[in-house]
Amino acid sequence: MDVPAASACPACLAAPSAERIAAAAAPRDARLFLSLPTAHCAVCISDVERALAAEPGVRTARVNLTLKRVAVEADPEVTAERLVAVLDRIGYEAHELDPGTLMVTETDRRGRDLLMRIGVSGFAMMNVMLLSVAVWSGAEDATRDLFHWISAAIALPTVVFAGQPFFSSAWTSLKAGRLGMDVPISLALILASAISVYETMHSGHHAYFDAAVMLSFFLLVGRYLDYRTRAVARSAAEELAALEVPRAVVLREGAEVTVPVAEIAVDDLVLVRPGARMPVDGTVTHGSSEVDRSFLTGESLPAWAGIGSVVLAGEVNLTGPLTVRVTAAGRDTSLHRMADLVAMAESARNRYTSLADRMARFYSPGVHILAFSSFLGWMQITGGDLRISLNIAAAVLIITCPCALGLAVPAVVTAASGKLFRKGLLIKDSTALERLAEIDTVVFDKTGTLTMGAPEPVNLADLPDAALEVAAALAGASSHPLARALADAARVAGIRPATVTDLREVPGYGIEGQWRGQVVRLGRAIWVGAEAGSITATHLKIGSAAPLSVAFADRLRPGAAEAVAAFQKQGKAVHLISGDVAGAVGDLAGRLGIEHWQAEALPADKVALIAELAAQGRKVLMIGDGLNDTAALAAAHASISPASALDAARAASDIVLLGTDLSPVAEAVRVAVKARRRIKENFAISLLYNVVAVPIAIVGLATPLAAALAMSLSSITVSVNALRLK
Amino acid sequence: MEMLAYLIPISLCLGGLGLAAFFWSLKDRQYDDPKGDAQRILSTEWDDQPKP
Repeated sequence: MDVPAASACPACLAAPSAERIAAAAAPRDARLFLSLPTAHCAVCISDVERALAAEPGVRTARVNLTLKRVAVEADPEVTAERLVAVLDRIGYEAHELDPGTLMVTETDRRGRDLLMRIGVSGFAMMNVMLLSVAVWSGAEDATRDLFHWISAAIALPTVVFAGQPFFSSAWTSLKAGRLGMDVPISLALILASAISVYETMHSGHHAYFDAAVMLSFFLLVGRYLDYRTRAVARSAAEELAALEVPRAVVLREGAEVTVPVAEIAVDDLVLVRPGARMPVDGTVTHGSSEVDRSFLTGESLPAWAGIGSVVLAGEVNLTGPLTVRVTAAGRDTSLHRMADLVAMAESARNRYTSLADRMARFYSPGVHILAFSSFLGWMQITGGDLRISLNIAAAVLIITCPCALGLAVPAVVTAASGKLFRKGLLIKDSTALERLAEIDTVVFDKTGTLTMGAPEPVNLADLPDAALEVAAALAGASSHPLARALADAARVAGIRPATVTDLREVPGYGIEGQWRGQVVRLGRAIWVGAEAGSITATHLKIGSAAPLSVAFADRLRPGAAEAVAAFQKQGKAVHLISGDVAGAVGDLAGRLGIEHWQAEALPADKVALIAELAAQGRKVLMIGDGLNDTAALAAAHASISPASALDAARAASDIVLLGTDLSPVAEAVRVAVKARRRIKENFAISLLYNVVAVPIAIVGLATPLAAALAMSLSSITVSVNALRLK
Repeated sequence: MEMLAYLIPISLCLGGLGLAAFFWSLKDRQYDDPKGDAQRILSTEWDDQPKP
């Protein structure tokens, strides 16, 4: 049996419910998931499975290459860190995934349900078609009646089972007082079956059983394609979220305990190590450090945090360990409140009507009117012959039934999403491509989007060699991002670090040492007695000499210049808006040739810019990554965020960029424009079939054979046209 | 014409068998990892005896 839907659907991994119950009862009994981004072949599978199975305590390990993931069942004491280390030793990159976040996909049964219905209608279609071909080629009298009865026995249960998605959706739209595309579909299915049964009972010549099952088969394939595109995107998005395993170190009676973030309560003491993200809102009770707020505000300059400072969830601790007393955790953190704002903005976008909806809006009433008026017309002509009139009305409904229309959009969207997925773009929303095709203005965020959010020194050449050597030595001893960037740049430039002794890091300030009997310091402006400038810089003081400044600029994201240039070439207006200071933003705008830029923008300013552009009738594509961009991402006509963005920003955007390279973004717009053209062509093709076939049906010349031919030909043409997408 | 009495049930049964096989493969989660299954066939690991 040849069912095209045999391909995979990650969402049909429906876990047996017994397993779910067991998992809920013993959450710590290790059922671990690791992401394996580099696995790609048979050797990888056996390497990984063998290495994990050899580990004591591991019961089973099974790689899923489609999802690039390994599921491990192990004794409770086996931890993900240990398994990651095992895989690292044999040369495979692995990351722990949060099973709680993944469970949503695992228990999704809709895809399997649709596949089951496709299988049933495919089986019925083939058998009924065999019998129908016999009838069309001349079976008569008792044989024809027998064949019709057998067809009815197969087709009626099939229509009842396979048509359920259409019936329920038609019922929902009727209850809401609308005529969706599913209303004529359901009506055609019901009418075709009823008329055919009636004809069979009266030894009629024509029965439409084959049309009814074929209709449900083709339409279900369209539904499934549509569903699968979204399921693939959703599971990939979930995997991104599951990569951030939410754990924190809490101090309980002096001991450090690692707990899930969900279990942290107000007034707990949380220890945040350098390099970690704040899991909660709170005030610092111990330690001093610098925090990176760029995700929240877009500022590239780290802020100082000491005892009494207020820190917010989402900020990154840079230099020293901080102990934080929790003031708000979980849903109450400012991070979550910001995400709630997004939910409000998002409803605006849900009002967008897709091409298919717009089509359905005039198509459905048209079809009903056409069928009903041909019924009335034939009642008039035949002087009230109900049987002939109903037969013709059914033929009109079957022929106009949007078989090809049901495939027109999903086939194109599937082809386009697959193409963009291979380029590293994840389409999350079903109407995202259509909206992306309409944009004429692009608004970029700076930090983390056009730039990597990683600084590099820009004025090393201006510093004397001796100072550089000292700076390199000091920087090499610190883990602060600016110091690390300076040390890396010095190494690349071939500078040999001077011999500095008594190195000591002062958390939150900088690093200090002894060089040729003098105190040398590298760090914050106030600490070394320098004047704080507007650009990111670290300062070097040697003995009592005047302090020297090392200025930093954010490194450009690879492909950023290409993406901006490509958008400008496509004739789109490009804007840059950032929460960073004017100096840094203006400099970047100049480098990339962006004319319109705005600095020190608050999240509300970003939304205001989008609203202002929208008021001018422009369709805006917003590309951003920070929490401060989230509302703007949600408000824009279409939005893209990189995979490194915060969860909230990714959730608010239509498309997620999986790689680091920004250049596929311009490509996405090109593919979207192409895809929209294909969708319109597909609509034209299916309308053309109707223009030819409907008059034939109305004058009463349509046979079941003609209906079957029109239906399959139009569906195949539409699918082939979708595959032409380049 | 009498042969129809055999042929039709036979053809329906065969089709039904195919449908049952499809249901079983779906329930057995055989479409979870098509890429992995395509690669596993290349491994010689369990060529001599089935995996215990």
